[in-house]
Amino acid sequence: MSADLPRGHVPAATPHATTASGRDRVTADLAHVAHTPGVPKPDAIVVADQVTRHFGGMTAVDVGHLEVQRGAITALIGPNGAGKTTLFNLLTGFDKPSTGTWSFEGRSLSGVSAARVARSGMVRTFQLTKALSRMTVIENMLLGATKQSGENLFTALVPPLWKAREKEITEQAEELLVRFKLDAKRDDYAGSLSGGQRKLLEMARALMSKPTMVMLDEPMAGVNPALTQSLLGHIQALREEGTTVLFVEHDMHMVRHISDWVVVMAEGRIVAEGPPEDVMADQAVIDAYLGAHHDTDLGDDALLDDGSIEQLQAEEQANLAAAAADDDREGTR
Amino acid sequence: MDWSRILVNVAGEIFAPTTAAYALAAIGLNVHFGLTGLLNFGQAGFMLLGAYGFAISTIAGWPLWAAVLVAIACAAAFGLLLGIPTLKLRGDYLAIVTIAAAEIVRLVGRSTALTELTGASSGLRGNSYKDTFQDASPFPDGTFALGPFEYAMNASNSWWVRIVGWSVVALACLLVWLLIRSPWGRVLKGIREDEDAVRSLGKNVYSYKMQALVLGGVIGAVAGIIYVLPRAVQPDSMGRPMTFFIWTILLLGGAATVFGPVLGSIIFWVSLMLIKSVMRAGVPESIMRTEQIEQFGWIIVGVTLMLLVIFRPQGILGDKKELAIDVR
Amino acid sequence: MRRVATRDRSTAGAPAALGVLLLAVLFLLAVPGTARAAVAGCVADAATGCINGTIRTADQQPAVGVVLDVEGPGGTTQATTDAEGRWTAAVTEAGAYTVTLDETTLPAGESLRDPAQNPRTVTVALGSSAGALFPLGAPAPAGGGSDEDPDAAPDPESTAPADDAGEVGAPVGASDTGSFSWGRLAQQASSGLVFGVLLALASVGLSLIYGTTGLSNFAHGEQVTLGAIVAYLAVQSFGLPLVVAGVVAVLVGAASGWLQDAGIWHPLRKRRVGTTQQMIVTIGLSMALQYTYQFFFGGGALRIVTTTPTMLTLGPVRISATSLWSLLIAAVVLAAVAYFLLGTRIGRATRAVSDNPALAAASGITVERVVRLVWVLGAALAALGGVLMGLYLNATSWNMGGALLLLMFAAVTLGGLGQAFGALAGSIVIGLVVEMSNLVIPSDMRYAGALLILILVLLLRPQGILGRAERIG
Repeated sequence: MSADLPRGHVPAATPHATTASGRDRVTADLAHVAHTPGVPKPDAIVVADQVTRHFGGMTAVDVGHLEVQRGAITALIGPNGAGKTTLFNLLTGFDKPSTGTWSFEGRSLSGVSAARVARSGMVRTFQLTKALSRMTVIENMLLGATKQSGENLFTALVPPLWKAREKEITEQAEELLVRFKLDAKRDDYAGSLSGGQRKLLEMARALMSKPTMVMLDEPMAGVNPALTQSLLGHIQALREEGTTVLFVEHDMHMVRHISDWVVVMAEGRIVAEGPPEDVMADQAVIDAYLGAHHDTDLGDDALLDDGSIEQLQAEEQANLAAAAADDDREGTR
Repeated sequence: MDWSRILVNVAGEIFAPTTAAYALAAIGLNVHFGLTGLLNFGQAGFMLLGAYGFAISTIAGWPLWAAVLVAIACAAAFGLLLGIPTLKLRGDYLAIVTIAAAEIVRLVGRSTALTELTGASSGLRGNSYKDTFQDASPFPDGTFALGPFEYAMNASNSWWVRIVGWSVVALACLLVWLLIRSPWGRVLKGIREDEDAVRSLGKNVYSYKMQALVLGGVIGAVAGIIYVLPRAVQPDSMGRPMTFFIWTILLLGGAATVFGPVLGSIIFWVSLMLIKSVMRAGVPESIMRTEQIEQFGWIIVGVTLMLLVIFRPQGILGDKKELAIDVR
Repeated sequence: MRRVATRDRSTAGAPAALGVLLLAVLFLLAVPGTARAAVAGCVADAATGCINGTIRTADQQPAVGVVLDVEGPGGTTQATTDAEGRWTAAVTEAGAYTVTLDETTLPAGESLRDPAQNPRTVTVALGSSAGALFPLGAPAPAGGGSDEDPDAAPDPESTAPADDAGEVGAPVGASDTGSFSWGRLAQQASSGLVFGVLLALASVGLSLIYGTTGLSNFAHGEQVTLGAIVAYLAVQSFGLPLVVAGVVAVLVGAASGWLQDAGIWHPLRKRRVGTTQQMIVTIGLSMALQYTYQFFFGGGALRIVTTTPTMLTLGPVRISATSLWSLLIAAVVLAAVAYFLLGTRIGRATRAVSDNPALAAASGITVERVVRLVWVLGAALAALGGVLMGLYLNATSWNMGGALLLLMFAAVTLGGLGQAFGALAGSIVIGLVVEMSNLVIPSDMRYAGALLILILVLLLRPQGILGRAERIG
């Protein structure tokens, strides 16, 4: 990212080598969708209407209409306190809304308990990982499986009735662990894993039930860059399999890198929707969230040379002068 | 000091029916707290209900198996009643409600209003409900001596109640062992650690907690039957102190293990008997009277519980890595 | 997260508290055993049954040397009451026995309260004990409020836990269950008010401890008992006037609160021991303390003052002068506590810590000092409550606090855990419920009514009247 680019210009996304089919299909589907908040999608898997959540006098969520495209990777971004996690909690049954209805795959999920939401194919992960520390990695994984009759009290007492299924899901779990590169840690307590590894474990565990939709709450938070690449790869692989992904993130590179659609929330409302490039060029979004120099990699030491600093200063002066001129005209001085 | 007599008494505690009853009650509590993390402080209430259910049915003339079923049904109903409001609440609240509920059972049972049914504060006399159990014994009446241990064969504090009691304990251990290793046990383990995580994986947490509550309670009811078979049903002796002893036994042996409750019960009663016998023989009446020795024993139990929880909460057999205590 | 104060000033006052408690313990040991003697003689086993009882004179002193004849299928035996008023008779055959009290052997001036009930018939089975009661006093119909005999049918060989006598006694002036009338309603309501206010003294501490540290203190009942027992000791063994005894009780209570926090809870908090573990520690402490009290003072009822109280009549209500004074003292003390919490800086700090310890610590309040203060204050209030409650209930015993503990939890939960004013409101409601339920359900079940309220509150509104709804679970 060079500092020569004029402010507001978003460079074209670097073409990256992924299997083209999944992304291309989704991009084609969404090509003709308008870039307005609450716009309907050609094949919506989640449709939410008038969802609000009030806490005392404060409104945490006030979403008029939201549709999530099936098979796409949708990013939910916005400043802290915008209501993203609250919306997550509402949609997945972990919280009760003040008003609103929503449906998943055409079936209404409003008022449905969290466990039933998960069973119907919509699983979620948590911002603060909930890897069960005092259980081993493989036990965590096996817990995520479905249709294990041994989980019934009476069937549990007769091992022959559930041993076969146990073998099946153990194989499935081990495959997933290999895929997520956690197989070496199979019999270790989850509490002994690093933070990033626990994130991977939670994601792998969520996949055990072969869900239709995966909701990831800040999957990259606190994860080192190498692991981030790996996680990105896993999320894209999900799209290839046809799984819908909705995730909350703050890392814009990531969002731009893999998401097909971006929904921006601020103060509980949806303020913008669209493909990543367009949304990030939206002035309102920039002002509210992204910041003027969001393009600039502030960790880049090259910026610390005098030339760049002078240029940035000059830009700031120009902005202030322009803003002052505006104020004068409107008589608000 | 008559050491041989003391040792015989102490050794007798190892397989005494009271030891078996407490071991069974602790196994039930283990299902509640060790496996699921439920803070049930009313286990004595389940035991008392089981005892009443069994005794009252037997007095009414019902056969042995029916009376046992009544006891189990009472405990299951009580568990359901307790669980409905409380399983959605935080652990502390469950503790308070279970203590209150067990106390209500005791207060209602000892109330003069129910004298016809429960015998009020005097309770139900032993001989009124022991006959079906004693008749079921394949052994002839009379006494039987095995080495230095001599008890009646079938009556009250008998060999028969010992055999039955410890067989039930063994069965319960087998049950718990099977459950711990099963997927059902795995779900409970997850619930113990983090309910929301388990919910997000599609398991109906409330239903599992209820199952654990009822199962542990039913085991407690059977423990109550075994407890009262050698004695009488006295509500005042099955109150809060009994619950706290069961907790001490569970924590001593090790929660969430299969044999922890059994080991804990044996060590508990053997140690108490040892301390009390030695003191009764060794300490002159002028310093400590007989009943004061009893109370001294209970003081030691209280202090032991405190030290146990502070310094070795996993107990003897427990695994510190899997420790569940300060989860909630 | 609660931060520990950088400079631990919480040891200031240690010598004083330790000194008071040490003196108390020394006096305790110096006092000759006031506990009851063991039941000698009869031991119920497979071949023996026991008939026994305790005979006390009209003013609750043991009646010594009374002779009773026991006649029945196993033959005839005789029993004599010992120095503690107890008598036992062993029988070797089950059946119905006639027990006849020889009235000529009664102490001078004593007579049977109900001569028609002599002789009594008792049914005994082998392996168990049966009791026969012969109350002494003026031959008048038995009024309400008689103490139960907590020692009926003890089983010395039993390995079961000791008897847990249900209730200690009934308030002076309380009337029997019977028909409803406005007069009775007023009487019960006034009893309820007094009981509730006294309960509030005990509960405020419990609520504040929970609010500031998150600990449900199951040993709080023993703080109440401590106050009553110290007062009993001071009045009966040292002959101190009641008021002085009360002050001594409160001081000892305060010292015990200080020592508990300094010696047990503060170190546990520093070690980051979880609140569930701490709660189980309080349960162990409760057991140890209860049996310590029983060890030194026996299983029976202890009367702080043995003089009969003067009764006053206010309209339809009969109330003893002691109860009226207790109500007054309790009200004044509670008002002082309210002023403290609302008007003083440290009181406001206490409320802040009770509300949100992390935030309070972040704003500069030394949380550990506040917690120490809460323990001292809570224990002192509980001790005062114990003294007044002991006077109100006409007796105290080793498990008085234990029996009251659940009522305290009911009051605190009803009012909102952690809310001091909630504890006050909740206590008064519980007091009223307990006493007024006398009108509709048998009096020995009245505590059950309060416990039912506790369960209902937790079901419907777990945060109580004044608490804030928090995300539970």
